[in-house]
Amino acid sequence: MASPLLSPRWSGVADPFALDPTVVAIIAAMAVATYLTKTGGLWLLTRVGVSDRVEAALEVLPGAIVVAVLGPELAAGGPPEWLAGSVVAAVAWRTGNIFLALVTGVGAVVAFRVVL
Amino acid sequence: MPTTDTPPETKQPTDSTPDEAEVSTDNATPDSVTFDRAGIRAGFVTCVPVALGVAGYGIAFGVLADQAGLSAAEVAVMSATVLAGASQIIAVELWADPIPAATVVLAVFAVNLRYSLMGAALRPWFKHLSATQTYGSLFFMADENWALTMRDLTSGSNRGAFLLGSGLAIWVFWVVSSVVGVAFGGVIDDPATFGLDFVLVATFVALAVELWDGASTAIPWAVALVTALITAEVLTGQWHVIAGGVAAAVAEVVRRG
Repeated sequence: MASPLLSPRWSGVADPFALDPTVVAIIAAMAVATYLTKTGGLWLLTRVGVSDRVEAALEVLPGAIVVAVLGPELAAGGPPEWLAGSVVAAVAWRTGNIFLALVTGVGAVVAFRVVL
Repeated sequence: MPTTDTPPETKQPTDSTPDEAEVSTDNATPDSVTFDRAGIRAGFVTCVPVALGVAGYGIAFGVLADQAGLSAAEVAVMSATVLAGASQIIAVELWADPIPAATVVLAVFAVNLRYSLMGAALRPWFKHLSATQTYGSLFFMADENWALTMRDLTSGSNRGAFLLGSGLAIWVFWVVSSVVGVAFGGVIDDPATFGLDFVLVATFVALAVELWDGASTAIPWAVALVTALITAEVLTGQWHVIAGGVAAAVAEVVRRG
């Protein structure tokens, strides 16, 4: 085999149904690690009592997470993404229809990327 | 393409705290939450257009995984059991021969830590569900369907099964599309071609509109935004989500004294 760094592509001819035990074991560890992250936060809250302070913190969490995801995503984009984001916000605000907002937004971003 | 029968969309988009809300100090504590087929179906149907965008990434992931040397079966097993897009893409980018197992698993854990905060945010509704319902549903939590679920729950639907239903849609599209990516690698290797890379942002923008609650939201959101932008400059991965969420939560606790 050639250097794995240069050509890691040794799968082309390989059996698509192959299940390497080592690979499966690593995937299992990835699955466990991920499941722990998905359940850990809520589990912790059922174990430790929820005080007024924690309640206040939890209340702002949804919006804060949304903004924390969006900020860097939009900052990494450019005018097409910013304008399309405004379109999504406007449609979501006016109609409250997520499907309409998504379709319009995706259409808008494609169009703005061509035009701008 | 899905038809637009619009289950949660009939709700008012703004100022809609749940009906039974004003009982306690927080504005989102329902008295009861359902967990039934109707909720699963509503979640699934609402999530299908979003899951189509996720499928764009699934194909991109499949292409990368194929290049890293994983078989179609291994990709299917990974997508079906891990179900966390960004972390899977990073994992196969770290893949080498021999596989750096510890690095891969640690990276996956770090990238997915934000899910702990997302899961915690579901508590006002999920505390009414059984352990099986809760921990079964959480397996299917991904960014996109978490956003749709928060949107649905904060609009007062009290459909506890929405996360499961929307997660099943993500699961089906993610597993199938990642295998398609292995098989037909390179056909659509760039999701940006069809604007599919914008679906996540669009979903979160729509959710932000839903969650905006006037002046009381402004300070925590500003704290989250600034913290996330700074963190994203300094650290790779998804740390900015955790940093932004935690900073806003701390700021809110301090503000209320």
